Amino acid sequence: MGGLYAIYRKEMGHYFVSPIAYIFIGLFLILTAFFFNVILAEVIKQSFQMEMQGMRFGAPSDFDAPAAVMRSFFGLLSTLVLFFTPILTMGVYAEERKRGTMELLMTSPVSELEIVLGKYLASLSLFALMLLPTASYMIFMVLRSDPRPPWSMLAAGYAGVLLLGGSLLALGSFVSSLTENQLIAAVVTFAASLFIWVLDIGRNTDSGGGAVLQYLSVIRHYEDFTRGVIDTSSLIYYGSFIALFVFLTVRSVDSMRWRRA
Amino acid sequence: MIEVQDLTKSYGAVTAVDHVSFTVNKGEILGFLGPNGAGKTTTMRILTGYMPATHGTARVAGFDVFRDSMEVRRRIGYLPENPPVYPDMTVETYLDFVARIKNVPAERRPGRIDDALKKTNLEERRAELIKRLSRGYKQRVGIAQALVHDPDVIILDEPTVGLDPKQIIEVRNLIKGLAGNHTIILSTHILPEVSMTCDRVVIINKGKIAAVDTPQNLTSQLKGGQKIRIETEAPEKPLRDVLAQIPGANRVLIEPARAGGHQAVTVEAAQGNDIRNQIAARIVEHGWPLYELHGVSLSLEDIFLELTTDDAAHAQASS
Repeated sequence: MGGLYAIYRKEMGHYFVSPIAYIFIGLFLILTAFFFNVILAEVIKQSFQMEMQGMRFGAPSDFDAPAAVMRSFFGLLSTLVLFFTPILTMGVYAEERKRGTMELLMTSPVSELEIVLGKYLASLSLFALMLLPTASYMIFMVLRSDPRPPWSMLAAGYAGVLLLGGSLLALGSFVSSLTENQLIAAVVTFAASLFIWVLDIGRNTDSGGGAVLQYLSVIRHYEDFTRGVIDTSSLIYYGSFIALFVFLTVRSVDSMRWRRA
Repeated sequence: MIEVQDLTKSYGAVTAVDHVSFTVNKGEILGFLGPNGAGKTTTMRILTGYMPATHGTARVAGFDVFRDSMEVRRRIGYLPENPPVYPDMTVETYLDFVARIKNVPAERRPGRIDDALKKTNLEERRAELIKRLSRGYKQRVGIAQALVHDPDVIILDEPTVGLDPKQIIEVRNLIKGLAGNHTIILSTHILPEVSMTCDRVVIINKGKIAAVDTPQNLTSQLKGGQKIRIETEAPEKPLRDVLAQIPGANRVLIEPARAGGHQAVTVEAAQGNDIRNQIAARIVEHGWPLYELHGVSLSLEDIFLELTTDDAAHAQASS
C-alpha cells in the first residue's frame, strides 16, 4: 500500500502547490458564507412571523428555526457540490494522460487499484477540507440556538454531504479516466450528475418504476440526512455507488493498456 | 537479462511489431534503430509492462512481462518518448515520488535521489520547479527518474531528443557509464548515436527486425566494398574508360560537371583492394588535375537505408 500513499501524497501536493485548492476552498467559502447569511436572515424573519402569529392566536409556535436553517443550508451545499465536483475531478486522469505521466504510473510497481484509490481519497480529502470551515457557521448557530438542536443532526448533515460528494467524485473520476480532454470530462460529469439528480422526478408517479427511479436518485437519499436521519438503505446506496464507480475506474485505467495510445 | 521471442503487437489490422525476437545480455547496451513508426516504442512499451503483446513472450530477468508484470516493473527504469514529469513539482519532490512508487525503502531514498541527481548533473536544479526547466533539463529529469530506484534494466526511448549537442554528448557518456551495472535498451533514429554508445544494434523496420549485430560487424558486413570519391577535371568518356580499366574497380559513377568544370566521381572497388594509388597515378598520367581523393567507408546510415528502403527502390538504386 506504499504506492497508494505515494499517489495520495502526490495528488494532495498537486492541489496545494498549484492554486487549485486555494481557489476552490476560497470560492466555496465565499459562496457558502453569503448564502448562510441569506438563509439565516430569512429563517429569523420567518421565525418572528410565526411567533407573532402564535401570540395572536394564543398557541405556541412549533417552528424549529435551527432545523430549518440546517435543511436550507444543506440543500444549498448539495447544489454547490453539483457544480464543484466536476471541476475537482476533471483533471484527475485526463491531465495525467495528456502529460504522459500515466505511462510512468502504469510501468511502476503499483496496482491500478492503488492508483485509483490514492487519487480518489485525495479528491475526497480536498472536498472534506473545503467543507470543514463551513461547519463553523453551523456550530455557531447551534451554540446560539435555544433550545439547542442535537449535534447528531449536524453530524448527519455533514455525513450526507460527504457521501453525496464522494459519490459524485467517484463518478467524475471515472469520466475523467475516459478522456484526455479536461473540458469534456467536466461537462460530461456535470451532465451525468444532473441526470442522476433529477431521476427523482419519478417520485410523483405511482408506478413501480417511479419507486426504483426514486431510489436511484442521489438527492433523494440526501434529504434524509439533512433531517438528521441516517438510513441504512441510504448508506448502502452511497456505498455501492462509490464502490461501483471506483471499480469502473479501475477497469477503465486498466483498459488504457489495451487501447492504442 | 532480456529475452524477447516472437513478439507481435497488432492494433486491429495494423501490425506494429511483427514476430520480433532478440536477447540482451546482462550489462549490455542494445540500440534499437529504425525510422519513426517502425515499432520501437511499441516494443519498449511491451517490455515495460505498459501494454500487453498480441502474441509471443518477453522475459526480463526471468520474469514474464505480462504474468509477472509487477516483478518486471520493479526491475525496470523507463524513460518514455516524452519525459513523464509533473510540471508543478520540484525536481527533488518528483524524484522522491518516483522512488516511492518504485518501492525504494524510506532509508535508501535520500541516497538514491542524490545519486540520480549527481549522475544526471541536476544537483544545482534540485529545488527548481520542473516547469521552469528547459527541454534539455526536463529530459535529464526523465533520465534521473529512470535511474532513481537503481533498476537492473533501463529502457530509454529516444533519450537524446531535444538536447543540444553538448547535452547529447553528456547523455551518451552517462549511458555508457551506466552499462555494466545495468542492462540498457535505447531507441533512436539517429545513427551515430548507435555506433557511439551501443554494444549491439537491432535494426527494426515496419515492425520487423532487419538486422541484429554489433555496429562494427554491421558496417563491415554490409560494406561489401569500398567507395572512393574523386574530384577532377577531365572529359567524361576517357575518364570513365581509364578508371574502369583499373583492376579491382567495379563501378564508376560520374556526376555531371559542376560550375567550374569539376567532376565528382565515385569508384566502387572490391573489399580489401586498395586502388587509391592506382587511381591517382592514372589521373596524373593523363595530365588531369586531381583536386580530391578519399575513401568513403559505408556508414551505418547507408546500411540503415539499404536495410530499410523498400526492395524495389533498393534494386533500382544498386543496379
